[in-house]
Parts: sequence; structure tokens; C-alpha cells
Amino acid sequence: MTEYVVRFLVGGAVVSAFAMLGDVLRPKSFAGLFGAAPSVALATLGIAVYQHGATYAGSQGLSMMAGAIALGIYSVVVCHLLVRAQLRALPATLLSLVVWLIVACGIWILAGGLT
Amino acid sequence: MIPIRFSRSSLSDGRWYEYPIRFVLGGVATVFTGVVSSRYGASIGGLFLALPAIFCASATLIEKHEIRRKRKAGLAGERRGREAAALDAAGAALGAIGMLAFAGAFWLLVEISVAAAFIGASLAWLVVSIGAWLVRRKLRLVRRLKTQAAPRSRGAATEDPELRPRTMPWR
Repeated sequence: MTEYVVRFLVGGAVVSAFAMLGDVLRPKSFAGLFGAAPSVALATLGIAVYQHGATYAGSQGLSMMAGAIALGIYSVVVCHLLVRAQLRALPATLLSLVVWLIVACGIWILAGGLT
Repeated sequence: MIPIRFSRSSLSDGRWYEYPIRFVLGGVATVFTGVVSSRYGASIGGLFLALPAIFCASATLIEKHEIRRKRKAGLAGERRGREAAALDAAGAALGAIGMLAFAGAFWLLVEISVAAAFIGASLAWLVVSIGAWLVRRKLRLVRRLKTQAAPRSRGAATEDPELRPRTMPWR
């Protein structure tokens, strides 16, 4: 239980810090870089190294590469849904999560489970 | 000159409750990743380190802020809100390249030195993200110079030059 409380507090703090940085930076496209900042990763990998060691965290880092490629495709799909399909931000970002999941799992499977 | 700047006025655009929402979302995403990792293993859990859960909230808030700002000026603001969120998504696409560099650097360095892995990966993210953004900006400037003779788009009087063109933001 304590582990999850620590995860929650550390994750919340790191994500909030990056989000606030993104808020105050201009231009908007530059601020968008912080929308894809590895905030959850920094918090999770830190806890993973502490609890399970470097090999475990390294394995997470390797899989994260597939997730990052999926994130790039996800962002482009969101852009299309907002500009071309003229969806609002919430439905566009939520619908595109399906794309993220398919691409991330697809790459993970194609790479043989990234082991 | 690179037009990167701080805009403190953006902080006043937000409502107080947006900060706890982000904190909770960030915390939930981190707990979720931990649960997935402990239940299905580190490899599957690692995928979710790049889950765009926070991006959904930040894009929605950016759209809301832009609509609110335009409504204060007596305009509808929906289109501008969508464009602002799309610009944020275009930035996130470039940031994803940086995140790929972060993950790769961390994977390569973590078994050598944990401290070097965190420092190296963070630097890789920063350098690659900013580099990708600068390259995109340069390409846009070259494209703009080529089409300089063409008539200006009708949004030319807006305060944010990035919101002027009605093309896809990454072009």
C-alpha cells in the first residue's frame, strides 16, 4: 500500500511540474514538447530501480521505446482529428488512445516481446 | 533568434482546480503503470511509461483556455481552441522523438550506472526534443519564404503567429 502512495505522490509531483513548465513556455508548439515529457517514466523508473534493480528498469526502458513510437503516431492522429475532422480535444485525445494501444502492442509483439 | 519565452500570464488563464486534477492524473498514471508492471511484468509495464494519459488532460485544458480567452473578446473561439490543441499535439509528436531517445539512452546506460542513466536519458530527451523542434521550425521558415509571394491567410491579425495558418500544424 505504501508503495502505491509513494508512486501516487511522486508521479503527481513530477507530472505537475512538467505540466506547469509547459503552461508558461511559448510558443505553443514548443510547450507541446512537455506534453510528451517522460514525467511518468522518471517517477516509475526511479521506483523500479530502487525496488527491483537496474535490469528490471532496463527492461521497462526497452519497452518504453515501443510506447514512445506509438506516442508519436498518436499525436499525429490527434492533430488530424482536431484539424481535419474538427473534433473537440477531449474526444480526439480519448479516441486516439485506441491507436496508441494498437501501435504500442503491435510493435511490442513484432519485436518478440522486447525481451 | 529562437523565440522561446516564458509567459506568466498563461498561469492566470487556468482555474485553481486544474492543478489538483493534473496531480491526481499524474499520480493515477504512475500507480497504473506500477500495477501493470507488477501484474504482467516489466516489459509490458514499460509500454505504459509512454501512455499519453496526461496529454488528454493538457490538450483539453489548452482548448478550454483558448476558448475562454476568445469568448472574453466576444468571439466563439471553438476553432481557435482546436488549433491551439492541435499545435500542442504537433509539439507532442516531436516530444515523442525525444521520449524515444530518453528510453533508448536509459536502456543503454542503466546497467552501467543508474545515475548516468537518469542524467543521460534526461539530456537525450531535452536535446533531441529541442533539436526536432528547431528542425521543424527551420523547415517551416523555408516553406514560408518560398510561398512569400502568395496572399496572406485571413488569420494574419492574430496575436500568436503559430495560430495563423489554417494548414496542419506540422507542415
